[in-house]
Amino acid sequence: MTVRPEQTTLNELEARLLDLRETAKRTGADLETAIVPLQAQVDRLREVVGAQISRWERVQLARAPGRPTALDYVELLTTEFTELHGDRAYGDDLALIGGPARWQGRPVMLLLQQKGRDTKDKIKRRFGSSNPEGYRKAVRLMDIADKCGLPIVCLIDTQGAYPGITAEERGQGWAIAESIQRMVRLRVPAVCAVIGEGGSGGALAVGVGNRVLIMENAWYSVISPEGAASIIWKDAAKAPEAAEALKLTAPDLLELGIVEEVVPEPPGGAHLDAVASAEALGEAVSRHLSELEQLSAEDLVVQRAERFRRLGAFLEG
Amino acid sequence: MALDKFFRRRRPQPTEGNDLPDLWSKCPNCKENIYNKDLEAELYVCPKCGFHHRLSARRRVEVLLDPGSFAQRSGAVRPYDVLKFVDTETYPARLERAQRKTGQPDAILTGTGEVLGLKVMAAIMDFEFSGGSMGSVVGEEISRAAEAAAEEGLPLLLVAASGGARMQESALSLMQMAKTTVALERLTAKGLPYISLLTDPTTGGVTASFATIADVIVAEPGALIGFAGPRVIQQTIRQTLPEGFQRSEFLLEHGMVDLVTDRREQRSVLYNLLSVLTKRPVQDVAASAPAGAP
Repeated sequence: MTVRPEQTTLNELEARLLDLRETAKRTGADLETAIVPLQAQVDRLREVVGAQISRWERVQLARAPGRPTALDYVELLTTEFTELHGDRAYGDDLALIGGPARWQGRPVMLLLQQKGRDTKDKIKRRFGSSNPEGYRKAVRLMDIADKCGLPIVCLIDTQGAYPGITAEERGQGWAIAESIQRMVRLRVPAVCAVIGEGGSGGALAVGVGNRVLIMENAWYSVISPEGAASIIWKDAAKAPEAAEALKLTAPDLLELGIVEEVVPEPPGGAHLDAVASAEALGEAVSRHLSELEQLSAEDLVVQRAERFRRLGAFLEG
Repeated sequence: MALDKFFRRRRPQPTEGNDLPDLWSKCPNCKENIYNKDLEAELYVCPKCGFHHRLSARRRVEVLLDPGSFAQRSGAVRPYDVLKFVDTETYPARLERAQRKTGQPDAILTGTGEVLGLKVMAAIMDFEFSGGSMGSVVGEEISRAAEAAAEEGLPLLLVAASGGARMQESALSLMQMAKTTVALERLTAKGLPYISLLTDPTTGGVTASFATIADVIVAEPGALIGFAGPRVIQQTIRQTLPEGFQRSEFLLEHGMVDLVTDRREQRSVLYNLLSVLTKRPVQDVAASAPAGAP
């Protein structure tokens, strides 16, 4: 990826700004006269860079180090979260986790795709790629939510379901299909948000919501850009071209009617300000939940079914 | 087998050149030359080694449904390049080539038909069309077939043959997994059985949606069936895959399919299943199929 001069300048200014803020905090000195104009300059530059950002650059932002993970949002937006473990059949998946919590005060069931924060954690969680047990646990948690009348909030962040021998032996495809079917049958509201990467069936397994949101720099596609590039050009290095062809960014998906809303990220990406990102996500999810709570259980099933039944592009006649 | 040799002598023999290209074909599995009439009589199963040849949707209709019983429903819906997808060529160019090759608008053929006199709604994927890839048209036709089956009180029989979701429609292809699942709920509401027959190959988004949520899953012998393709798995784990991995028999052993059924027995197996699941009144003995009869 080629870095534009504006991006380089922006990175430098952001670093200087951060430095100033930290100095101000540490020393208690009033540096506002320096910070304010610098902040204005940074905001202006971010807008310029944002307008010219390519699809591949957005994919990079979706993967930026320090981008908030699902558990970061849980920490910032929820209370009383209890993680529930296991699929009651084989094991516990660490890439797809969940449990009951209060989302900005509202009782919900959380389903979270968690990539991991440091290298050790990431490896443990297979970088957010689930085994079948993850999807089977998700089905179990949806059963609880349905029984107790809890709305469901899904935070999607995966490059796809894990492609492994044992995953196949234990029915990876079956587990995803059953999770999709379970979501179709939910009698409670479900709001799904793609917070980073939305890779293929592994993402859709927890993506059949009454509303589907996407963060501004997240992507959602049938295949990762690298996967598409290696199929089309037999060369994963052509991922930038594949990203363009796949039209996988938030604005693309909004235009296609696949998502209801794009949740704005702070200028430069969510990794620059987790708190601001969480505020925007929390507000959007809560607002959609409030709207959906007006519908009866039957209407929720019908609304979700109609939403997905409509999707597709074809000619007729 | 002596009798076999005897008959073989009386048939035109394969020649070194390509003089009789239409009469003989080579089995991709055992490499034996097979007289095409024999192959056809065996429903395109190699009489020597039992290898199940891949079938186009049209040919599948011939081997699975009663002669002359098929009434097509699909065809009005045609693919559309909403993303203006270009890779090494444009999506419309790819589509046109596949349409010319198969004579079909897309990778799906649906309609009503009979299995030994028992009426079903059939949705048959066509691997010859762009690897049976699932885009908006495949999703729409399968959804309509499921809805029509529910409306008309028919069981649904799906034949899967697909490399997975169609890349050229990106997220819209992905959404077909949810859409078809939504449509299949109609059958659940009406208490109608849904059987899927998985054939070589059934992978990706098709395995992770409508193909595997059937009430009964039947697989053809030796079919490759899985979510991730073997190449992707091999690249991820950097190990050689075990013998027979992701084949029908492997899936039966792991509890993922109900039956592995030879093509020559599928009609009677499907008849027995559907007849009981739909609680069809007992037919007169001559009309009903004895178990195991072709």
